[in-house]
Amino acid sequence: MKSVVKQEVLALNGDEAVAYAAKQSDVDVVAAYPITPQTIIVEKFSEYVANGEVETEFVCTESEHSALTACLAAAVTGARTFTASASAGLALMHEMLFVTSGCRAPVVMAIANRALSAPLNIHGDQSDTMVERDSGWIQIYAESVQEVYDSMIQAFRIGENLEVLLPVIVGLDGFTLSHSLENVNVLPDDVAKKFVGIRQLPNVLTHEGKTLPFKLDPENPMSMGPVAFPNYYTEFKRQQEEAMKNALKIIPQVHEEYAQISGRHYGDGLLDAYCLDDAEIATVCLGSTAGTVKTVVDELRAEGVKAGLLRIRTFRPLPMEGIIKALENVKAVAVMDKSMSFGGQGGPVFHEVRHVLYDVLAHPYVVNYIYGLGGRDTSLEQIREIYGDLQKILQTKRVEEPIRYVGLRE
Amino acid sequence: MTTKEKSWKEISPAGVCWKSSTQFFTGDWKTYTPIRDPEKCTRCLLCVLFCPDGAIHWQKEKGDIEFDLNFCKGCGICANECPTKAIEMKMV
Repeated sequence: MKSVVKQEVLALNGDEAVAYAAKQSDVDVVAAYPITPQTIIVEKFSEYVANGEVETEFVCTESEHSALTACLAAAVTGARTFTASASAGLALMHEMLFVTSGCRAPVVMAIANRALSAPLNIHGDQSDTMVERDSGWIQIYAESVQEVYDSMIQAFRIGENLEVLLPVIVGLDGFTLSHSLENVNVLPDDVAKKFVGIRQLPNVLTHEGKTLPFKLDPENPMSMGPVAFPNYYTEFKRQQEEAMKNALKIIPQVHEEYAQISGRHYGDGLLDAYCLDDAEIATVCLGSTAGTVKTVVDELRAEGVKAGLLRIRTFRPLPMEGIIKALENVKAVAVMDKSMSFGGQGGPVFHEVRHVLYDVLAHPYVVNYIYGLGGRDTSLEQIREIYGDLQKILQTKRVEEPIRYVGLRE
Repeated sequence: MTTKEKSWKEISPAGVCWKSSTQFFTGDWKTYTPIRDPEKCTRCLLCVLFCPDGAIHWQKEKGDIEFDLNFCKGCGICANECPTKAIEMKMV
């Protein structure tokens, strides 16, 4: 059992917390392109480079597609790489997201979650990362700036784990977290560096029949990600699914090890349950909204209402068993989506939570709330109304409208 | 197929090539394989002329034709052109 280390408290916004964590994580290469609300991350990191505070190779690229390509190229030589983006920037990376995960390159990327155009909107919602949920990247959504910092440090360890070898997105709600100043406990540099450690490489069999470290090296050539025909493509995709399954095991391990030195827990690292043990009604959400919901849960609990919250911290891989365990005894669940799936009958988080609960014999009522799009604030009162709706569903035993919009003007 | 296909647990991650490019054959692409009935075949050699990959050879010493399945892409032109319908394309 390691003891909690003494930590300095810094006033950081979410973007600065990301840059600070990257600085402490001994990153070899950063390639990035600026976009609101992520820009501060790269600006801050480039200051560290200019001041000689890091030994990182900083590459200014002409687009996000190139930024991720540069990170991928560096990562497959064995380097630790980091980038950051948001919204349209992430969308431009779309092609390379699949190449990166397919090449099993553990790039870490912070996404300051922002709405997608059109109409143009620079404010926060989770549309940008939600559309990339099938791209083979691990997705962790932070609730606070503190958690942004902590998740970033953990992300390198998770992605680079030899049983995982997958790229990781750390999502922080645009402006709500990216631009909000918070007191953040930071690990001493040496402790953070030791925790992240040196990137290890697995051994793989090459075309020359040699077993060599998994990296591009002119002395020991190997080809990565060349053509795979129908007779092999499925096998490679199945490997990626296995890596995601392994991540379900590794994320809580890394989270626990980190908790022992930092003193900070976020549930088990996958799911963060709040007042769920005896809850009859509950909401499910991702990211910073959980802070607002917790306040409402406290108020409702004081009034004797058995309300709870399940925050999904790790959305990819989806902790299916944990969600079942957390919600199987709840009677009505409201799933909150900060993005839409047009024509899909509800948002993506709703789809997945309801899909998971299908295996629960006496499954709860599950309804969907689309909220906070394009940075629209969600008030305590609106969250209260959601819990009120759930109570009404339990009383009437009827779901009038399974998909609802918070604060929409009819 | 030129080699036994491996399971997902046996292959290296990320599509790392486990053999040299000289060991990959265009014949691995095929879905259908030509199967010839030697009884029906009159050795007219039209298939040898039509094969776009030059994958059917006249073996002088055997006095017979032979398919080189490493290079046959399974297009079926030989079966289509065969005047006696001696070649059938099958999924093997």
